[in-house]
Amino acid sequence: MKFLLFASRNRKEILRDPLNLAFGIGFPLIVLLLLSVIQANIPVSLFEIGKLAPGIAVFGLSFIALFSGTLIAKDRSTSFLMRLFASPLSASDFILGYTLPFLPIAMAQSALCFGVSFFLGLQMNANILLTLLVLFPVASLFIGIGLLAGSVFTDKQVGGVCGALLTNLSAWLSGTWFDLNLVGGAFKTIAYVLPFVHAVDAAKAAMAGDTASIFPSLWWVIGYAVVILIMAIFVFAKKMHSDQI
Amino acid sequence: MIAIQTKALTKRYKDRLAVNALDLSIEQGELFALLGVNGAGKTTTIKMLSCLTRPTSGDAFLLGDSVLSNPDAVKKKINISPQETAVAGNLSVKENLELVAGIYGSDAKTAQSKTNEMLSTFGLSEIAQHKAKTISGGMQRRLSIAMALISHPRILFLDEPTLGLDVFARRELWSAIEKLKGEITIILTTHYMEEAEALSDRIGIMTRGRLQDVGTSAELIAKTGTKTFEDAFIALASESEVDR
Repeated sequence: MKFLLFASRNRKEILRDPLNLAFGIGFPLIVLLLLSVIQANIPVSLFEIGKLAPGIAVFGLSFIALFSGTLIAKDRSTSFLMRLFASPLSASDFILGYTLPFLPIAMAQSALCFGVSFFLGLQMNANILLTLLVLFPVASLFIGIGLLAGSVFTDKQVGGVCGALLTNLSAWLSGTWFDLNLVGGAFKTIAYVLPFVHAVDAAKAAMAGDTASIFPSLWWVIGYAVVILIMAIFVFAKKMHSDQI
Repeated sequence: MIAIQTKALTKRYKDRLAVNALDLSIEQGELFALLGVNGAGKTTTIKMLSCLTRPTSGDAFLLGDSVLSNPDAVKKKINISPQETAVAGNLSVKENLELVAGIYGSDAKTAQSKTNEMLSTFGLSEIAQHKAKTISGGMQRRLSIAMALISHPRILFLDEPTLGLDVFARRELWSAIEKLKGEITIILTTHYMEEAEALSDRIGIMTRGRLQDVGTSAELIAKTGTKTFEDAFIALASESEVDR
């Protein structure tokens, strides 16, 4: 059960960093509030809360990749990971320790997003729990991306890849800010090849109680999550035994 | 009894030979310094001995266990304080120590008791609740060594333990390291002559991946016919340059 000790350390590292809290929780909530204010002042239904909240929840989860990637990359650059690689911790202890603490953080982040959305008009019912369940594989996907990026890049590079590129990709290509049909063409095709819009579609379906529409989209997310997690575990395990940690 | 025995231990990175057929024998309880300029192969040697890097050829035995065939057994007997301070910045000093104790198998109560022992031994009690990233470089080094010692290793690797410290912090750390002498086997890498001379029982001089010579500082001075240990080091390191 050594992974629990390591997981606890990782949880503390994340939650004690005020920047993480500001970006991971504060920023998505500000976007949620802003778009809700815009919705209140326009005649068409563009950012209706029932559809906006799941989109913002997915957008918020993209920051989990930044947290986990930065943590791992920093552990590498400060030689903290070298210290632990020389200890009796196994590869599975590392993988579990770096992934498990992010799941409750991700769920708490989404729950907070829905809590704030309640004050903006979101109806509280069992669909919220279903949506949280749907967001579980989405969180796993972003955790996997973080583990992969942290194993390969420096902490500054992780900031660029996960902090700038990934959060923007998951925002623009998710259909949260605008209907992808409005753009169409290659943009829409690319968006539907990537998992972000599928994550938002699945979450929106869950929020609407449309259980039949959840799975076609969620399969995409689960597929991406499985492939990326396997890749991340492979790369991390390889890094453990490589000359350059 | 021999704590560390290396047999033609070699590490090659593509076309660069980092460590070249190292044959070395270190007794239990000995404080052995590996001295050399940057790129001499000191850190690579430590990485191989602590199972962080696999040797290209040769082998090393730590208290009888091979780093190649039984690294798990080796890892239970050793600990390392890397060149960088390698502490968890957002954890308190106390939490850092308890984490490492737990990872090496201590239950919560034992980890707490070992932590208190280390806090006291290394003069860290007053800053026990401070976040590791907020304490001074000297204190971080002390914490790093305390983290390496909390598992009660039989062999301890200290990679450039005083790098970047001011003279006061360095002397304080020397005093802490001196207290460990005789109790556990310590391999210390450094490129500070005075550090190797002051702390170690024997010194191995590495140049360009090779172990150029081994002996006490007095033996190396006598061997080279020089007046100071620094001169002896330069004479031995220069031999390597001439041999190239």
